[in-house]
Amino acid sequence: MLILTCPYCGVVCDETELTPGGEAHLTRFGPGSSDEDFEGYLFHRENPKGVHFERWRHAYGCGKWFHAARDTVTLEVFGTYYAQVTEPSQDMKDAITAKHPGWSWRDFS
Amino acid sequence: MSRRLKSGGRLIDRSRPMLFSFNTRSMRGFAGDTVASALLGEGQMLVGRSFKYHRPRGIVTSGPEEPNALLGIGAKGTFEPNARATTTELFDGLEAKSQNHWPSLDFDIGAINSKLWRFFPAGFYYKTFLWPQSFWKHVYEPVIRQSAGLGKPPKARDADHYEHFYAHVDVLVIGGGIAGLTAAKSAGEAGAEVLLVEQTAHWGGRAPVDGAEIDGKPGEAWIDETVAALEAMPNVRLRTRTIGAGVYDHGYTLLDERLTDHAPDPETPRHRLWKVRAAQIITATGAIERPLSFAGNDLPGVMLASAVRDYVVNFGIAPGDRTVIVTNNDDGYRTALVLKEAGLEVPAVLDARAEATGPLAEEVREAGITVQAGRGIAKVTGQGRVQKVWACDQAGSGTNADPIEADGVAMSGGWSPVVHLWSHCGGKLNWVEDQAHFAPDPERAPLCASGKPFVLTAGMASGAMTTADVLADAHRAGQTAAEATGRKGTVKAPEAVAEEVQPMAPVWKMPAQAPYKLKAKSWLDYQNDVKVTDVELAAQEGFESVEHAKRYTTLGMATDQGKLSNINGLAILSGELNSDIPSVGTTTFRPPYTPLVMGAIAGEAKGELFQPIQRTPIHDWHEENGAHWEPVGHWRRPYAFPRNGESVEDAVKREVLAVRNEVGLLDASTLGKIIVKGPDAGRFLDMMYTNMMSTLKPGKCRYGLMCSENGFLSDDGVVARIDDDTWLCHTTTGGADRIHAHMEEWLQTEWWDWKVYVANVSEHYAQFAVAGPKARQVLEALGPDFDVSKDTFPFMAWTEGALGNLPVRVFRISFSGELSYEIAVPASRGRALWDKLLEAGKPHGITPYGTEALHVLRAEKGFIMIGDETDGTVIPQDLGLHWAVSKKKDDFLGKRAQERDHMVGPLRWKLVGLETVDGSVLPDGAYAVGEGTNENGQRSVQGRVTSTYYSPTLDRGIAMGLVQHGPDRMGEVLDFPKVDGEVVQAQIVDPVFYDKDGEKQNV
Repeated sequence: MLILTCPYCGVVCDETELTPGGEAHLTRFGPGSSDEDFEGYLFHRENPKGVHFERWRHAYGCGKWFHAARDTVTLEVFGTYYAQVTEPSQDMKDAITAKHPGWSWRDFS
Repeated sequence: MSRRLKSGGRLIDRSRPMLFSFNTRSMRGFAGDTVASALLGEGQMLVGRSFKYHRPRGIVTSGPEEPNALLGIGAKGTFEPNARATTTELFDGLEAKSQNHWPSLDFDIGAINSKLWRFFPAGFYYKTFLWPQSFWKHVYEPVIRQSAGLGKPPKARDADHYEHFYAHVDVLVIGGGIAGLTAAKSAGEAGAEVLLVEQTAHWGGRAPVDGAEIDGKPGEAWIDETVAALEAMPNVRLRTRTIGAGVYDHGYTLLDERLTDHAPDPETPRHRLWKVRAAQIITATGAIERPLSFAGNDLPGVMLASAVRDYVVNFGIAPGDRTVIVTNNDDGYRTALVLKEAGLEVPAVLDARAEATGPLAEEVREAGITVQAGRGIAKVTGQGRVQKVWACDQAGSGTNADPIEADGVAMSGGWSPVVHLWSHCGGKLNWVEDQAHFAPDPERAPLCASGKPFVLTAGMASGAMTTADVLADAHRAGQTAAEATGRKGTVKAPEAVAEEVQPMAPVWKMPAQAPYKLKAKSWLDYQNDVKVTDVELAAQEGFESVEHAKRYTTLGMATDQGKLSNINGLAILSGELNSDIPSVGTTTFRPPYTPLVMGAIAGEAKGELFQPIQRTPIHDWHEENGAHWEPVGHWRRPYAFPRNGESVEDAVKREVLAVRNEVGLLDASTLGKIIVKGPDAGRFLDMMYTNMMSTLKPGKCRYGLMCSENGFLSDDGVVARIDDDTWLCHTTTGGADRIHAHMEEWLQTEWWDWKVYVANVSEHYAQFAVAGPKARQVLEALGPDFDVSKDTFPFMAWTEGALGNLPVRVFRISFSGELSYEIAVPASRGRALWDKLLEAGKPHGITPYGTEALHVLRAEKGFIMIGDETDGTVIPQDLGLHWAVSKKKDDFLGKRAQERDHMVGPLRWKLVGLETVDGSVLPDGAYAVGEGTNENGQRSVQGRVTSTYYSPTLDRGIAMGLVQHGPDRMGEVLDFPKVDGEVVQAQIVDPVFYDKDGEKQNV
């Protein structure tokens, strides 16, 4: 059972306090988008062995959605951050690079 | 035969005898006994029959690894199957029963299987019962089920109760032997918050039996001092009878504390399941001795050498009077010395190593015991127990064996560290050649959230095999763990004199060249009856992966999870594959370490506490007035209110007619109510709903649909605009939390710059529907301070005011098609308003109605219900709800998805009404069949029933359904086969069965 720190309220949460929300940093495609873009947005997800960006909600706490950068193999948590961003901060990316040189995920690296 | 010695037994109290029963035979033991030691004390060596061949089996071990002595303990409400006699503490009045035999333990019919062993090889079931397929359900499965499984599940409800307990600690030490004590002390003195747990009732593990000397003191004295020192430390907690069951991600650990198993007390929880979050975990779980694989190694009387000395030293038991020792390492000699000391005979020590030159071997020789080096056992023979041991050269094939008269065999095949807890969360292992075992690799430990290791091992669990090494290793583990939690360790490690040891030699088959006949009687896994020949056969048949071989042979798949058999089986497999053990690898260790009782897992979550029930403010009234309950989400809602002697069906019929002809009263408090407020609230609701909500005028209501981004209907309800920047959204009964979360998600993660707040106020209000032609008169009777006339307060408007002197918000909305007012009142005033409405409605025949009448009323009107007409694959357009899907809006959730070609194509099933030709009620979920068959050879279908009821208003069956091209096929008759094959015919009609123009709700 994972431990993640909610970046809003600062609580170190047991996984039972959280609900998972799948992949982070998706771009929404609405009316007018191509079939390919819409399909990718709705259905295509990363399933990496290693660095992953994902959404969690502190559902049984402050109620806020946040993002976590995590290694799906070692379960190391590189950090958690606000959901109101379209990509991880440079600091976050640097922290991951320090542990996982050469990582990449979607368009990030 | 085993017996109680005249004296000795450090754990038993001979002044406190205890009576117990075994298979109804009355027996006597002492306080401090385990059930196993008490049985041995009474000479009861036969304790069960084996799983497959029903061979007689006796006690093999003295701990949780016991494969044979699984008993049913207790009776009725306290009965527990498969309890290990070796870990069950004796108490006065205990009832024990042996398992897996019929009709009795001593005479068992199934033992015929033992004579037929040639016909039950590995994979027997797979090979034999493959064909014909039709035999599975009625022939093979019932027979296999009857003979499968150990023990019988309890039939009575568990009379005991259990509790869960949460704890956070710096350092959790699992195992209270000398390693655990040392690690806990080192971590505790460094200042860490420590929890130390031990599975048995005693501290010190094997050290008191094996004669360790620490810091110049006898083991027992050192243990007592150390426990006293730990108890005096405020930052250290200690628990005995507490087993480490599982280690999970990021330091989460399950411990099972057995509070009353040793002294039943219905007032106290039987087990306490600890859920511990530990920054660092030290597994000081010791090691388990391995059996040796020789023919007849499963006869009662053959035991692990360590267990033999445990029974002598701890319980004053002689497992046998003449015990042959067979070993491949020095440790077996300790047993010879202990037996000799107790005045028991040891005819020979058979040492499989070519030489026996260690200090222990010398000591044994000096004690006058015969030591035969390079020797092993060809076979053990006897009727139901050991009578003769046939000694042979280990290097040979077992010919020319010399018989030794004996009634016991103590075997030692070396020691395997207990790596289970280390491995549960991904800790990796190294093969240690000179000990022939797997030991934890500290370089590949499980990682915590910070990416650093969180599990350490201490003592024999690390692979340290001498007292001095154990202490040094455990001290290091304690220090390292404390430092990882920010403490600084300074204390000195306890010390022991280094021992000189003769290296062990792995022995996987005894003798090394044993022929098939001997190997077919050499057991690897006692509990699942797997022999050397079974694993060899699996390898020959191509099961090269250890995980496949395990499943094919069932090696290690019993309740002991291969604690004894794992390494021995792997060695046979790798030998057969001409491969080394590390490249064959081990099977995966999974929690729990030993079986947990279901009660401990459930804890307090049973009965009323299993899932808390949501109650409306009117719940008690419903209860008092005979509500027939229906669960809806977490709510309980009245399905109907049957009156004296009335059937539920009749009650529903009466309630429906009351609403149609007079007036009904419904508790609709369970409806979700969500406030959406802010300058961007209108824009936000335009995205959430398929309709345009921003144009709704304050004071008005609008029925709205919500879809997922995938286009499918997910919820519906009436939205009321409260003021310029406030809307009140009603959701379905089960949907409040889900829709609230859905709104929050979009606001927080997509449109986070929009200025909108949402609040779930569902339980702040009680809400009632007053529905029926006389509804207005009921409201008027309560003296509203607002006008309830048709012109001032029309259909789909809402107003605020006082009704019966209570503050209310009234919505003129209708789910029944009748004149209807839905009245919301603060929850605390709900019951007051309910009572006033009943009183005021009395002259008008007001009738409380339940959810079934609600459903019938809405179905008569062709109103859809989320979850009936929708199932996650239905879009609004399928239900003829085009009018509720805005064409003007650029975007809303689901709009893009609904533009996909299969959403707009002609093949979709669409909503219609269905009327049976004979007036009967269609079965729910029935399919309308079409011509021909589909690609799977099944009958083609062209539609299905989504809602179906008897309509009291029309006195006939009515239904709604989704039918291909349905709305274009009015008047067509479809065939709906029932489960029994009979066909019901129904005609496609308009889904609105009653008051088609909607005049009645608009008066």
